[in-house]
Formats: sequence, C-alpha cells, structure tokens
Amino acid sequence: MSDIEGLEEIGAPRRFSVDNYAIADGPRLGWRGWLRWGWRQVTSMRLALVLLLLLGLAAIPGSVLPQWPQDAAATRQFIQDNGAWGEIADAIGLLDVFGSAWFTAIYLLLFASLVGCIVPRSVAHFRAMRAEPAAAPSSLKRYEPVEETAQVPLEEAVRRARHALRPRQGWAGLLDGHRVRVDERGTAVAIAGEKGHVREFGNLLFHLSLVAVLLAVAAGSLLTYRGQAVITEGSTFTNAVVDYDTYEAGRFFDPGSLEPFTLRLDALDSEFYGDGRPSHFRANVTLTEPDGQSRPAAIEVNRPLQVAGGKIYLLGNGFAPRFTITDADGEVAFSGAVPFLPQDSVYTSTGVVKVPDVTSGPQIGLAGTLLPTVVETADGGLASAWPQPLDPVIVFFVYTGDLGLDDGVPQNVYRLDMTELAPVLDEAGEPATLAIRPGETVDLPQGLGTITWESLPRFIAVDLRADPSLPWLLAASAGAFVGIAISLFGSRRRIWLHLTPGPGTSAVTLVSGAVLAPAHDSAASRELDRVMAAVAGRAPADGDDKASED
Amino acid sequence: MDPAAASVFSLWTATVLYAIAMVAYSVRLGRIADAKVAAKRELAEVGAAPAAAAPATSVATPADAPAGPSVVARKALGIGRAATLVGAVLHGVGVIARGIDAGHVPWSNMYEFTISGAWVAVVVFLVVQRVRDIAYLAPGVTALATIALGLALTVLYREATGLQPALQSFWLVIHVSIAVISTGVFTVAAVATVLQLLRSGRDRGTGALAGGPFRWLEAVPSATSLEALAFRLNAVGFVLWTFTLVAGAIWAEHAWGRYWGWDPKEVWTFVIWVLYAAYLHARTTQGWSGRKAAWLAISAYVAVIMNFTIVNTLFQGLHSYAEVS
Repeated sequence: MSDIEGLEEIGAPRRFSVDNYAIADGPRLGWRGWLRWGWRQVTSMRLALVLLLLLGLAAIPGSVLPQWPQDAAATRQFIQDNGAWGEIADAIGLLDVFGSAWFTAIYLLLFASLVGCIVPRSVAHFRAMRAEPAAAPSSLKRYEPVEETAQVPLEEAVRRARHALRPRQGWAGLLDGHRVRVDERGTAVAIAGEKGHVREFGNLLFHLSLVAVLLAVAAGSLLTYRGQAVITEGSTFTNAVVDYDTYEAGRFFDPGSLEPFTLRLDALDSEFYGDGRPSHFRANVTLTEPDGQSRPAAIEVNRPLQVAGGKIYLLGNGFAPRFTITDADGEVAFSGAVPFLPQDSVYTSTGVVKVPDVTSGPQIGLAGTLLPTVVETADGGLASAWPQPLDPVIVFFVYTGDLGLDDGVPQNVYRLDMTELAPVLDEAGEPATLAIRPGETVDLPQGLGTITWESLPRFIAVDLRADPSLPWLLAASAGAFVGIAISLFGSRRRIWLHLTPGPGTSAVTLVSGAVLAPAHDSAASRELDRVMAAVAGRAPADGDDKASED
Repeated sequence: MDPAAASVFSLWTATVLYAIAMVAYSVRLGRIADAKVAAKRELAEVGAAPAAAAPATSVATPADAPAGPSVVARKALGIGRAATLVGAVLHGVGVIARGIDAGHVPWSNMYEFTISGAWVAVVVFLVVQRVRDIAYLAPGVTALATIALGLALTVLYREATGLQPALQSFWLVIHVSIAVISTGVFTVAAVATVLQLLRSGRDRGTGALAGGPFRWLEAVPSATSLEALAFRLNAVGFVLWTFTLVAGAIWAEHAWGRYWGWDPKEVWTFVIWVLYAAYLHARTTQGWSGRKAAWLAISAYVAVIMNFTIVNTLFQGLHSYAEVS
C-alpha cells in the first residue's frame, strides 16, 4: 500500500503515473505495486467507459461486412471480389468480428473491469445496509422545514412517524419505505428516514446479472446442439447425427443423448395473400417417440414443436419434385425427390439432379429451374407469376462428364461441380435445354435416356435445437432488466422529523419536518407531506403540483 | 370514408397542424428571448453602479416575471398548444385507423413504424409537459414530427397488407411497441440534449452561438436543467431499450431458433444499448460529465436513427421488414 501512495504523492497531478527511475531515492512500485496499479486501471470507471465505446465501435463492422458464421457464401464472395484487401480483412478478423480475438478481448476486459468494480461495491453496500442511517441534523433550518402541531403526546407521534416511514406491507415494501433511526435528544426526539439504498442494490443486481448472462451464454455454447434437416412430404427424419444435413454441437454435448424420435412430414399447408406474399405455413407432421407412440403435430413459424430434448423450428420450405431417370440402356438410373431451393417470392426455384449410376457412358448432371406458375415474359423468356404450383414447368440444362462424387470431398447437393462436366449441345451448337411438366416423360438429348417428372411434393427445412442454458439466460436477463429499472428509477431521499412536546402540555407535539432529495424529485415534498399528515392525523394534501424546471 | 383514406387524411392534417405548432412555438421562444435580453440590458443600464453588475444575470429572471411574456408570446403559446394537441389527437386517429385498415398492430413496416414512433414522441412531450413546463422543446419535437410524418406519407407509404408468417406473433405487439416507445422517448431526450449543447456553447461564448441568430437560446433553461431532463428521459429510454433487446431475443428464439445471431439489426440494437450505457457511465465519470456525456447521448441517438434508416434499407438481414424497395 505504502509504495503506491508514495507514487501518488509524486505524480499527484497526473492521471497516469509510472515508476520514476530518474529519481534515485524515489519510491519504487515493485511488482505488487504494479499489479495493484494495473488492477486499479482495469477497474476504473474511465476504462470501463472507454471499453464500452470500443465495444460499440468494434461491433459495427460485423453489420457492414459479410460474416462467416452468418453468411459463409457471401463472405467467400467478398474475399474473392476484394483480392488482397479481402484477405487482410479476413486475417484480422473483420469477417468474423464476434469470434475475433480483439472483440473477445474487449468484452472480457470489460467484464473483468465490471467484476473488479462490482465486488467491492457489493461488500460495501452490504455493510451500508446493515449500518444505521445517519442521524437527523440538529437543526432543520437549512432544509426549508415545515411545521405542524399534532394533537397527541410525543410517544404516539413517534409511533405514527415510524409507522408512516416504514416499508409497505408486501413485496413492494422491498423497494419502498425508509430505514429509520430514532434519537432522543433531551425531551425531544429526532427521527431520520433514509431511502435510496435500493438504487445501489439495483445497480449491483444489474451488473451481476450481466455477468450471469455472459456465464449462461458461455455454458450454452458448450452444452447446446443444433442441426438442420430437409424433410420432403411423405418422408421421415430420424433424430440422429447421420440424418442431419448440418449438425453443430458444443464441446460437452453428447451426441448419444439425442432422443431417437422420428418425424414424418405428412403435408405442408402454405397460403399466400393476394399480392403473393406468404401468409401462412403449417407443417403437419407425425411424431413417433422412441417408445413407439405416434401423435400428429404441427410446426409453424413462431410456433416450434417441443420434443424430448429440444425444439423443432420451421425455417424454410420449397418444392422437391420427384423424378425417375432412365439411362441410355433403359435402366432406371435415378429415382427420388430433389429439393429445389426457392430464389424469390414467387418460388422460382433451382436445383440439380446428379445421376452417377449410369449403366454405361458418362455421368449425367441436370441443372433445373422450377417455375411454379409459368408465364411468358415480354422478351419471350419464361418466369413464374405465382408461388403456388398452378402450372409448373422445369427447364433443364443437361451436362455430361464426371460429377466428382468419387473424390471423397463433400459436395454441395444443390450445385453441380462443373470442373469435369460439359454442357450437352443441341443441333445449333447451343447448350441444350428441355422443358418438362408434371407427369410427362421427356427424352434426354443425344439419346442419354429419359426423365419422368412423377410428382411435386413440398419440402420443409427445419432446425432442431436444444440449449439447456435458456432458463438461466432468461432469469439473468430478467435480473438485469429489473436491476437497471430499480437503479434508474429508485428514489433517493432523506426525511427528517423533529418532535418536541408542546409547551406547557404534553398532550400536543410540535412536529418539524424536512426532506433532502435531488432537485428533480418533485414527489419528495409530497412524501414529506404524507408523513407529516400521518403524524398530525390529517389527510394528506392533494399532491398534483406542477414543478417548473426554470 | 374507409379506414385507409381516413388514416391518410388524419395524418396529413396532423402534419399541417404540427408545422403550424412549430412556427407558433418558435415565435414564442423568440419573443421570450427578446424580452429576457431586453430585461437584462435594462438592468445593466439601470444598475450601472459597479456593485449591481455581477448579480444582474441572476436578477434578470425574476425581474421579467411580473411583466410576463408579451401578448404575442402568449398568443403563440396558445396556438402552439392547441395545434399540437389537436394534431396529436388526429395523429392518433390516423395510427389507429391504419391498424384497423391493416388488421394488425400498426408497426409492421417502416411507414407504420414511423407514424407510430412520431406519435409516441409527441405524446411523450405532451405527458412531460403536463408535469413540468417544457414548451421550449416544442419547436424541436413538432419539427421532427412534421418531418417524420411528411416523409412517411410521401416516401415510405405502402398499402396496408397482411402480416407475413414471421411477424404473426404476440411478440410483435410487445417487442416492437416497446421499441417504438423507446425511440419516441430517445427522440425527445435528443432534442433536450441538442438544446443543452447549444445553450452551454452560448454560455461559454463559443463562435456563432454567442451571436444574435442564437438569441432564442436565452429562452431555454440552463444547460444543467436541460441535462437533468435529458438524463431522466434517456434513463427511461434505456430501460425500455433493454426490454426491447431482451424481448427481441426471446422472440428470436421462438421464431428463428436462436436468441442472438448478430443479424445487422441485432448488431445495431446492441451498439445503441452499449452507447447509451456508455452515456450513463460518462455522466458519473469525472471529466466526462456535461458536454462529453451529451455528445455520447447524441451519438447514441444517431445510432438509433441509423438503425432505423440505413440498417432497414441497405443491410440484408432477418429483420428486413421495411418494404421500401
């Protein structure tokens, strides 16, 4: 302690002082002193302020630049488009701001500062709560006192005053009421009522709750799992890691703990407004529990389905046309439903069919565009006019070559890997296209085989997620909200009463009262009047006074 | 008249009334400032004796009280009050009629959010006005309301439509209404903060602020009381914003399966929250209270406006409900 005090004497006018080796006899900080100095900087309000500003500024690039966790495709595109600058931005974490070292450093330092500030204050507050309030001043003259005469003896007046100042009955009393101190001064009694500790209580609750929020989020990221699956009408999803299209889990999540329920999509109801915007999606599913019990259920946007160990969210939908493809030898080379991803609000959807298992010849790839309600545009092209399949058409480009499925590299199922593929050309030398309607069978160009569009089921994209930290996170957030409200709206007042036995008779008591409150607290004088009225036994004055700021 | 036409008609009338109120309140502010300056000068001339020079400023305020504001100022105040009040009623009718027309709460796109937010700002002003005299804020508040309504009706207007599935939730009522209300509260606070900065600039005699064009600043309260007012409003706004953030996270968990995903709107909501938190800390930090803290509050309000304008229109995210394209 002594070393740092010595330092402050030398460097008193300066905000930041460092060990001064220029003065031979000057006091040395030593490593303990340095630690203490460092800790004092970390916990200073000034640093907290700077860190808050940094945190706000640091978050902004996360909304301006594409971010890996939010949109990997856009981020990759951004790096490609911007060359070296894109690489640099990626290297310094601008494309993953919220996972970057510097963003983490800022908020961890902020929380260190917060903890260092709040723990000693909590201890001090706990002590202050147990200590007696300060006594009323011996003279109230400085505080614009109000005077009154109560027609009761002194003891009764004191009892009434204490009663008026004490907390209200019920839970509101926790926030309301004064801590009271009574001093006997000769024949007179001085009463001090103090209110305002609740503000500091709220302040501490708020900051401790923020720490709890951070801990809950951290715990959640370790214990959560999240998976996406695409389910076509009539098909069934089994809750196991292998059945997810994508699957992420926290370090401490045990994949073996996934409940092996199954979910069959019976039908997807979709409705649209007159202008083509979506109005309603409802996935009717059959949920089969691990014990074999089945029940119908529904998943809607905003209404996830609660299942054992998590929730299922409806996040997307589209068409998954079902095809049968025969190869040049007439053998069935492909049969199944293929999800086409919607590209716009009228469900113009794109998808690919990969046919690796041909009997002979090169592999076939089809890239198609589905138009649910086809119309001819002014320039002779085709477009979709309506999101529902009133007159669906798929236009395919056909490719042959090597689909690249045997390289062992995981492939995007919605895209063809074009490196070893070449478009099939028509007689004119243009890439061949073929249009097909449901139920039709169309020959593939150059005798490659045939394609039959069997039916047009829909698919849903669902997210399954479990996060055991959610109740804790909610509780911590609620604590923060309540804390900040108490801390900012709690009133800070001191009410003082001097009670003196009436001259000549002890049947009356002279009451002198004053209140000390911040200037903006226009309700303070009403509060004083309420207490005075209670002591005098009269009704309080109607307190609808208009205060003016100037 | 059908609800859609009634809504637009009421809102246009309210816009005109706010514009009238703005002019009237500004005239009043100017006249009061003139009176104060004249009273000051008179006192300075009368009290040319050296002893009277110092207290002249503090005496000026009570001195002009018995004389009262001029007839023009009083009439302007009457016009301003009446126009604001009737404007607010018609504005409210317009917002409610829009809700009836759309068949849902009137804050599902940018047009609806703007008319509702502007209404809240005016109502907050009127409510505070009942408790304490803040007529000096009226030119700013009515000007912002006029601009907001004018822009909404001309640029942002969209026919009422049904809600898309993601918005069909009672959290739309809770989360967005509180966001609208806190935006309104922050707006009134920002007007007070701007006045505070101008007033303290004039008191310090900086540049153009000390000159004649800014004489109307004599009619607004001291920088200290403006700071106190702005703080109390910002405190209310901050608590409401905290609620907006938490309620938004709960809704996101219901609708998208995650409570926080750093969507652009979420990023900016967070930035605003952090900036107002910094402002609240700055107020109690030595060397930062006063003007520096006020600038922080202004930057936080700029972020509120950015979040509402740029983030809605330019950034692609899950919160893209603006419908302005």
